Amino acid sequence: MTTIVLPPYDDVVARYEPVIGLETHVELGTNTKMFCGCPTDFGGEPNTRVCPVCLGLPGSLPVANRAAIEATIRIGLALNCSIASWCRFARKNYFYPDMPKNFQISQYDEPLCVDGWLDVEVDGEMVRIGIERVHLEEDTGKTLHIGGATGRIHGATESLVDYNRAGIPLVEIVTKPIPGTGAQAPEVARAYVTELRDVLRSLGVSDVRMEEGSLRCDVNTSLNLPGGPWGTRTETKNVNSLRSVERAVRSEMLRQAAVLDGGGTIVQETRHFHEDTGDTTSGRSKETATDYRYFPEPDLVPLAPDAAWVEELRAALPELPRVHRKRLQEQWGLSDLDMQSVLNAGAVELIEQTVAAGATPAAARKWWLGELSRRANEQGIELAAVGATPEHVAELQRLVDEGKLNDKLARGVLEGVVAGEGTPSEIMTARGLEVVSDTGALTAAVDEAIAANPAIADKIRDGKVAAAGALVGAVMKATRGQADAKTVRELVLSRLGVEG
Amino acid sequence: MADLTRLTATEIAAHVAAGEVSAVEVTRAHLDRIAAVDERVHAFLHVDADGALDAARTVDARRAAGEELGPLAGVPVAVKDVLTTRGVPTTAGSRILEGWRPPYDSTIVERLRAAGTVMLGKTNMDEFAMGSSTEYSAYGPTFNPWDLSRIPGGSGGGSAAALAAYEAPLAIGTDTGGSIRQPGAVTGTVGAKPTYGGTSRYGLVAFSSSLDTPGPCARTVLDAALLHAVMGGHDPRDSTSIPQPVPDVVAAARAGATGDLTGMRLGLVREFATEAGGEPGVTAAFRDAVDALTKLGAEVVEVSCPHFEYALPAYYLIAPSECSSNLARFDGVRFGLRAGDDGVRSLEEVMSLTRDVGFGAEVKRRIMVGTYALSSGYYDAYYGQAQKVRTLISRDFTAAFEQVDVLISPTTPFVAFPLGSRTADPYQMYLADLFTIPTNLYGGPAISVPCGLSEGLPVGLQVMAPTMADDRMYRVAAALESAVGTLTPPAL
Repeated sequence: MTTIVLPPYDDVVARYEPVIGLETHVELGTNTKMFCGCPTDFGGEPNTRVCPVCLGLPGSLPVANRAAIEATIRIGLALNCSIASWCRFARKNYFYPDMPKNFQISQYDEPLCVDGWLDVEVDGEMVRIGIERVHLEEDTGKTLHIGGATGRIHGATESLVDYNRAGIPLVEIVTKPIPGTGAQAPEVARAYVTELRDVLRSLGVSDVRMEEGSLRCDVNTSLNLPGGPWGTRTETKNVNSLRSVERAVRSEMLRQAAVLDGGGTIVQETRHFHEDTGDTTSGRSKETATDYRYFPEPDLVPLAPDAAWVEELRAALPELPRVHRKRLQEQWGLSDLDMQSVLNAGAVELIEQTVAAGATPAAARKWWLGELSRRANEQGIELAAVGATPEHVAELQRLVDEGKLNDKLARGVLEGVVAGEGTPSEIMTARGLEVVSDTGALTAAVDEAIAANPAIADKIRDGKVAAAGALVGAVMKATRGQADAKTVRELVLSRLGVEG
Repeated sequence: MADLTRLTATEIAAHVAAGEVSAVEVTRAHLDRIAAVDERVHAFLHVDADGALDAARTVDARRAAGEELGPLAGVPVAVKDVLTTRGVPTTAGSRILEGWRPPYDSTIVERLRAAGTVMLGKTNMDEFAMGSSTEYSAYGPTFNPWDLSRIPGGSGGGSAAALAAYEAPLAIGTDTGGSIRQPGAVTGTVGAKPTYGGTSRYGLVAFSSSLDTPGPCARTVLDAALLHAVMGGHDPRDSTSIPQPVPDVVAAARAGATGDLTGMRLGLVREFATEAGGEPGVTAAFRDAVDALTKLGAEVVEVSCPHFEYALPAYYLIAPSECSSNLARFDGVRFGLRAGDDGVRSLEEVMSLTRDVGFGAEVKRRIMVGTYALSSGYYDAYYGQAQKVRTLISRDFTAAFEQVDVLISPTTPFVAFPLGSRTADPYQMYLADLFTIPTNLYGGPAISVPCGLSEGLPVGLQVMAPTMADDRMYRVAAALESAVGTLTPPAL
């Protein structure tokens, strides 16, 4: 295998124009499967959430789930799509070991929602992403390979199939090709998936967890010469984190540039993204692609959403994330730049919930963007996964406001919260971190400090009040930081007979 | 009491309800008859004697407890082996499902059980209902009780033969291109294809989803109507099921039996008269039947259905296309046969071998045709074109039904042919369903009722009605029956 030398990114975007496109699959959070009444809960003993329909047993017939259709229409409306007044399901015929019927019920040339858009913000600029279609289909089961070292089919002695997931409703959202993003193509791709995820979450149609596969992305990338026709695209399959979306686009741009620079041509194919190396490898070539033999699904009647129903759903759409964020920004009194940092940190909802739990917006923002963001970054995890809840943060701030904790102590308590030791109050008590406000004990410590530093005490008596800091520091040290600095300062001055 | 196997379903139900005979006695009589003749007829693939006697005992217990029994309680029924029966083998006439015991009942079987009928067993059929002679069954052919050297029709030859051999008073069939009506015609029994969507397909092992229609088989029109009423009606588990009640077919059959058809307009399809392959004896018997209907007060007019001549080619694109997709699930992985799984062969090899030994020649032929017709680049020329023809044929029906109440025709162009005489020529075999196929493409109901004999073999007359006018066709069929009577086959 020859090693390709990748050109520098800046050089690539100076010579080529990227066109990207994204196909996103979202598992809907309906109670039952797409075409039968089996439950959709994640996990569970293999093959316990199955029936003749989702197992594709001979004679079984699908019946479409109205809740899934409703969720799809809501997604379409939130993405500014037109909703078809009449459409059909189609059969997509191909063999896949964990697909019970050996065809997938999907939509082909008659999708439920078409021709919409989603605005996303990249570096303060709005980019409008065209939406080609939103359609509904069913998920497949899951194959488990046993006996090998890697869990992959290679080397396995047995393959088992779990059909619990077979038939879970899956919505596919396909963008139109997105040209003109230049060097920002990777960021645009990421921003789109992020915004889409937020929209889907606000609609409550899915738990949109990329790591659990309830939201997964196929990323299309091509390069062309400025002014020239679009290049051949590749499709990087099943990219499962926001960061990987960005990396997949970037790495495909570099790889394709290297191939083109070397006089080669891009083969239309699917590619696999590797989390560990950040690059992609060749999958199935489209030249030998399956002929899906699509035809209208004869077991299902056509879908004809009533116009009044669609309007009812439109009227009931929640405030979409972009509007919601705008409103929060105003409520919180943040500048665009400050709001951007909140967004970048993925802290909007966390701050919102912390405020709802009783903290001021400023305090909530301080904790989430400060201490907690630092920890999330260190561990390379999402802020929401850092271990502290909005309720914890609100409680922490309340303890500070009540004078029971100072900033330094509060950081110590937060450390305990993140480590899972309990609520801020519990940790404060358990670790003995509460501010020492016993004036008798403090007075003794202050007197000790004065006695130990007579020269400084004299300066203060002479009116150099600023020198009090040294004595306060000594007291803080003596109380291991558990004293309230303001109280200590007042005590120092009053013991020395000086007005503060 | 006389031979219980010679009674109609209506009579059996009346005797059981009156306590003159027990359901168990009725069931035993039929099981005995099966034991005596089925070796020669081979109508059954599986007889569920224990299950049948249990069901019969339940009916007797309910009667003894003073419960109100349904109109067919205690009546034995044979079920085409294409409908799933919980715990009872279901093969669809194919090796690939050999030994499979479904974990669930089809809706129709569920309704039959709820109505207190007694399921005797599963009847023979062409593999996956593909065929017109029951010679394509992987388990050997069924023989026509009228002449054991001849075919009983197909694909539901087992159900029709069971009736003609007095092994069962009622049977269930499925009709995709004529598989209820055509066997009915050549065995001298009654077979009705209800309106598509009027009977549930849930649990019917699919051949061609947009055409498959389960329906009743019986020896009299009234019996067929009673069975139709019990098995039919909306099923929420079948998306294509029509959410309306079954028209009152029983009342219509009783009204027709009075022999009055005054004011009824019957249409003769001009194009059928010019179709090749109609035997003179069949045509003659049909003409006599038309005369008989006229004497009952009906008016007969000729109508044109110009696109009917394209029905056969359209059908032989649509049905194989759907079957190529429906049969994809038979891969040897989760149920039925698995061949060549020696731990060395790959998944693809095992799947290939399973299908090679599991599917018969006719099934493979249709899968290949359908796969081709749906493939990219050919879809528009074949499947797409066939769907357009289908629309035109439906328009022909709609236009015809503006002029007449029902259409009538011979059910088949020829009487039962000798076994093996057409198996070498698929096209000759396909012609057996020439007159029945247009109805399937349209979706309306049609019934075959015996109308006479040709060279000692039964001839059927087909009555076709507009969708959801199933009652109208029963009325005409019952009137004809009242005029020409039922046919009695020679003793076996």
